[in-house]
Amino acid sequence: MPEAPKPITIDSPVTITVNGTEVTAQKGELLIDACERAGTYIPRFCYHPRMNPVGMCRMCLVEVDTGRGPALQPSCMLECGDGMSVDTQSEKVQKAQDGVLEFLLINHPLDCPVCDKGGECPLQDTTMSFGPGESRWVEEKRHYRKPIPISETVNLDRERCILCDRCTRFADEVVGDPLIHFMDRGANTQVNTFPGEPFSSYFSGNTVQICPVGALTATPYRFKARPWDLEEVDSTCAGCSVGCRITVQSSRNQLLRYNGVDSDAVNWSWLCDKGRYGFETVNSEERLGQPLLRQGDHLEPARWSDALAAASRLIADGLGRGGADGFAVLGGSRLTNEAAYAWVKLAKGVVGSDNVDAQLGDGLPAEAVLGLPRATINDACRPGGTIILLGPDPKETLGALYIRLKHAVVEDGAKLIEITPQRTGLARYAAASLTYRPGEAAAVIGALLDGSGTSESVAGLEPAAIAAAKAVLDAASGPVTVVLGRPSIAESASTIVDAATLLADRVDGVRFLSALRRGNVHGALDLGMAPGLLPGRVRRDAAAEWFGQAWPTVPGKDGLDATGILQAAADGKIDTLVLLGADPLSDFVDRDLAERALTGARTVIAVDQFLTESSQRADVVLAAAGFAEVSGTTTNLESRITILNQKVTPAGTSRSDWSIAVDLADRLGADLGFESPEEIWAEIEELSVVHSGVTLELLATQPTEGIVVPLPAPEPAPVESDESDEADGSTSEAEAPAVEAPDATDSEAEPEPVDDGPALIEAPELLEFRPAAATAVPPVDSYALRLVAPRTMYDHGTLVAHAPASAGLAPASTLRLHPSDYDRAGIGADGRVKVTSGNRSVVVAASVDASLPRGTASLAVGGDVAVTRLIDVAAAVTDIRLEAAR
Amino acid sequence: MTTVSNTASGDASLPLNIVTSRWDVADGHTLEGYKNSGSYRGYAGLEIALSKSPQQVGDEVRAATVLGRGGAGFPAGTKWGFCPPGVWPRYIVVNGDESEPGTYKDRILMERDPHQLIEGCLIAAYAIGAAQVFLYVRGEMAHAQERIAAALNEAYAANLVGNNILGTDFSVDIVLHWGAGAYIVGEETALIESLEGNRGMPRLKPPYFPAAKGLYLKPTVVNNVETLSNLPWLLNNGAEAYKAYGSEASPGTRLVAVSGHVKTPGVFEIHQGTTTYRELFEDERYGGGYRDGHSLKMFIPGGASAPWFFPEDVDLPLEGRVVGAAGSMLGSGAIVVMDDSTDAVKACLRVVRFFARESCGKCSPCREGTSWEEKILQRILDGQGRPSDIDLLLDVADNISPGPYPVAADPSQGLAAVPFPPKQTTICPLGPSSVAPITSAIRRFRHEFEAKITKRDLIAVASASLDDRPLAGSAAGAAAQDGAPHA
Repeated sequence: MPEAPKPITIDSPVTITVNGTEVTAQKGELLIDACERAGTYIPRFCYHPRMNPVGMCRMCLVEVDTGRGPALQPSCMLECGDGMSVDTQSEKVQKAQDGVLEFLLINHPLDCPVCDKGGECPLQDTTMSFGPGESRWVEEKRHYRKPIPISETVNLDRERCILCDRCTRFADEVVGDPLIHFMDRGANTQVNTFPGEPFSSYFSGNTVQICPVGALTATPYRFKARPWDLEEVDSTCAGCSVGCRITVQSSRNQLLRYNGVDSDAVNWSWLCDKGRYGFETVNSEERLGQPLLRQGDHLEPARWSDALAAASRLIADGLGRGGADGFAVLGGSRLTNEAAYAWVKLAKGVVGSDNVDAQLGDGLPAEAVLGLPRATINDACRPGGTIILLGPDPKETLGALYIRLKHAVVEDGAKLIEITPQRTGLARYAAASLTYRPGEAAAVIGALLDGSGTSESVAGLEPAAIAAAKAVLDAASGPVTVVLGRPSIAESASTIVDAATLLADRVDGVRFLSALRRGNVHGALDLGMAPGLLPGRVRRDAAAEWFGQAWPTVPGKDGLDATGILQAAADGKIDTLVLLGADPLSDFVDRDLAERALTGARTVIAVDQFLTESSQRADVVLAAAGFAEVSGTTTNLESRITILNQKVTPAGTSRSDWSIAVDLADRLGADLGFESPEEIWAEIEELSVVHSGVTLELLATQPTEGIVVPLPAPEPAPVESDESDEADGSTSEAEAPAVEAPDATDSEAEPEPVDDGPALIEAPELLEFRPAAATAVPPVDSYALRLVAPRTMYDHGTLVAHAPASAGLAPASTLRLHPSDYDRAGIGADGRVKVTSGNRSVVVAASVDASLPRGTASLAVGGDVAVTRLIDVAAAVTDIRLEAAR
Repeated sequence: MTTVSNTASGDASLPLNIVTSRWDVADGHTLEGYKNSGSYRGYAGLEIALSKSPQQVGDEVRAATVLGRGGAGFPAGTKWGFCPPGVWPRYIVVNGDESEPGTYKDRILMERDPHQLIEGCLIAAYAIGAAQVFLYVRGEMAHAQERIAAALNEAYAANLVGNNILGTDFSVDIVLHWGAGAYIVGEETALIESLEGNRGMPRLKPPYFPAAKGLYLKPTVVNNVETLSNLPWLLNNGAEAYKAYGSEASPGTRLVAVSGHVKTPGVFEIHQGTTTYRELFEDERYGGGYRDGHSLKMFIPGGASAPWFFPEDVDLPLEGRVVGAAGSMLGSGAIVVMDDSTDAVKACLRVVRFFARESCGKCSPCREGTSWEEKILQRILDGQGRPSDIDLLLDVADNISPGPYPVAADPSQGLAAVPFPPKQTTICPLGPSSVAPITSAIRRFRHEFEAKITKRDLIAVASASLDDRPLAGSAAGAAAQDGAPHA
């Protein structure tokens, strides 16, 4: 599968001649790409359109005449210039290509019958198309031990390797993990790791995908299938919110492999290993294959009709007792858009409760995410732009975004200002790094934006460090993009929102790229899975009338967020708590509150793929279908909608989340009004303002890149009046055209909003962010350390734990401390320490990390020691004290 | 074969002492010895340079047409001029990674007269405005490294290197860097990679010259040890005196390293363009004649990558253009003499094996092709040759270096010794270098290959262990031969 050239815009055209035919190319474009776009494929091994050319394999030699006579030149190294003439088929070229291919084959083992690559191997294919046909080699071939593991998941067969430098270049240039390299020289040159240092890159699986031979194979796929037995569909990885485009491959109804697809707007064909091997989670033996019903102190398998009957009876009983306020739904950020909408319609439109939150207190308030001006990845990565990272470490949480941001900084001259409580994987590329004291991000932003600079230290940072970052920001001439998320769950979301508010107010044209992490959290929020919102990025109060036309009911007041729901449950005020793929015991920021909530809720209904710590405590567990088992759409962190395709049948009798919602509604006496994902999408397109116009037909025209919502407004008619007069929003008609009110029987979506239609009810306006009062952060207690709780790529969470390739990679929990804090803490020889926060405490191993600021301690989320046991969700920051563990 | 008339204008009677004048002085390598012996006073050239403007120094060097002595023969002054104006800092990198079989002139220069090289570096640094010089010395040359280190310490102590040299505002640091023993690092971009701490592999071109983007992507002049060692004498005596030596196209003297089957091998300073190979081999001042009872069979006229010459070529003068027109090259001045006792196939294997071992492994044709050639040649010597092997050797060679090799410079068209377009499928010329001995040997001695393949030459096969019989004769003269390939 040769990689296609990356898309380009021709703004400075030159004419080149390819085999006698004149074609137009972009000046400076690589000749190999220009020829391919013109329909002439030049064979290659080392060249990859997403990496810098190296001209090493010499397979792409062609005769090029730039005015000094034809000469053999590597077409991957030559930039197109006007008048260039290329012959890709001359006798000389064929001889050279024959020769190079023969050189590559003489030491190649030709063990194709037992090689995973056989059947999809560029070396095989190129040999068939361009090769000499027979070998003149009679000597002994090179021998190495076959294969050697170079990481937990990647195996290296040096006999098959043709030394194209793709994997080594990828590791070094693309992801900055130069852990594999060439060793020895001449015919003994080999790729290998450094002694004792495995290729432990989060992105190592990409090297397997781009290897042009079978030298690199991945343990999860090794010997599982032959390429000609695979079936595939395109889809979007649901591992995190970046939304990398992938092909999902299966054989005999079992998922076997994901490969990255080159989406120019998103992942450029790269994937992180957690996403790449995520199919193992779908295949897990631990998957729930049928519903479970509580019988006393344990859960028993049940039939669907019994389980659904029990669930609906419990819900109905609860509504009878406590009304809609006693009903709450937690989770939903890993559903498809369609399932999210179905559940929102069930909770808000049938039950009438606004107590719905897709996040678990570890994200940001929905209105900040949806209401601040949004940026796409391409916006953020624009050459010459400035990126402010005020969020989690992209390398740990949003792998492909890390790759894009790194490329923007290293290759395209973007400037990165890192404002995080601890250094991230991008720190070494950052123009400035400000590691602030947790909770005080807003103070740092304030100092950065302050006209005069600062002479005092702010948030633990020296004035010089702030001045250096300020100089970078002040020099920004291009767009400024803030990558916004929660750097640490041990500081409250409001402290980050305060910082974002300052940036939004005071940096002209600033845009925000959300770094919320869970697969479809942005789709869930867009579809109203947050209190106070309804589908379409609209406020409940503003849109109540609009949805009142189409839904049985609409909540009468704003509901509770995750923290509020759990607090109410702990207080005995929640009758029915639905966990929609949520595991609050593991994932909610405050474990103590989650414990009390699950005890306090009268009924817990879990919709899940696995029996998690939380769903084990449910009264009814409904088995949900997983990724690639359902069709639908998903929304990434840019609001980009892409299509998910089903590839295999759901595990056991598990059912899609949306159909569970439909059935429950039915048993509660309501018809949700749809019977397929397509019908749900039609309703979304019709009712949701932000999705208006995005029909499935339109989506089908962008199979790889999808469509960012909302669609750009149609060309506005010239406005006569002065713009400043409209600032109060009184002229909203121009921005939010009235849409024909939906009627219940209408199944056909309007392709475009119609301005002059019979406007019965005005479509609601998209919400705008309204800043809240700033959060008070308590002063630093000099006897305490302030806690950072960042996320890591591999943790003990459900998705990782059920993928054998990734499960072993979760690091053991360790509290990282600045060396001086470590020495002061009096930690014993065993390295273990008791960490106390208020009346909560854990015992954990401690280690030294000089990159942390003094007075800060870091304990990752999702480890074997739960940092959420230390966090009080009501506090702005988490201060801890250390004592020797006994 | 075409020949080019020699344009010699130099006076052959002038003393040959531009760079070798202290080789026989016991303390010539010390600062004291450098100042008090030899054909000019040590560091006087630096004083003269400092009394002029950098532009004047550069003009003097350009006027003298000092050709680079590393192999390509490019005029040093012109190379300096390639530095883009106004781009700083600039670096000078001294290529002391001499490691081709039979080449050992720079080693002697560094061992016997390190201050001469240091002074040359200072003059060059002053001319182009470099504040830092990197002396890259081949890893195996421990003695040369020690001599240079000692000389640098003396020079720093005497304020000849460092800040405010000799009380002026001219400051230069000279850094001594030891290589790790890779022939390819003699290629200037690979040398720069190695100096930066990377694997020594050639960079891709363009940029074609490090003067535009070299060390740390800054303008960098890479000069050979011998080239820079010419500068002190030149500054002392002026361009006109320099041009009195040698030919019009190649002024000055040059060092050649003669090894192999002559009575007194060694490094000799000769008149460029006027001295002939015959003089070099037979004259008592130089090689001293062939071994008794033997006659010349072939010789490598300028480095292992040069196509071989034969007895009919001995009257050619040692001048790049002439040698180039005759189908070979003068290169780094490494001349290997092989008499009638030499087995052409073995000699061919010896040279090819060197290139196979020294291939950096970066591009496929060189990495795979050179070792394939080595295997075929070894197999022929082992008595396992096949009749098709000769054509196979030639075709593999053609796949590394398509077309006739080398494309001789054509003086009528004013072409330089390095032809454009490059006749290679490789990134750098190392791979094609292995082709020269193969085509030379097969063209002239095909019958020897055939004899081995058809086993008519059983005696040769029986004694075929190459390592037991070194290619060159026993070392004698001014210096031992340094030609054993690095294994």
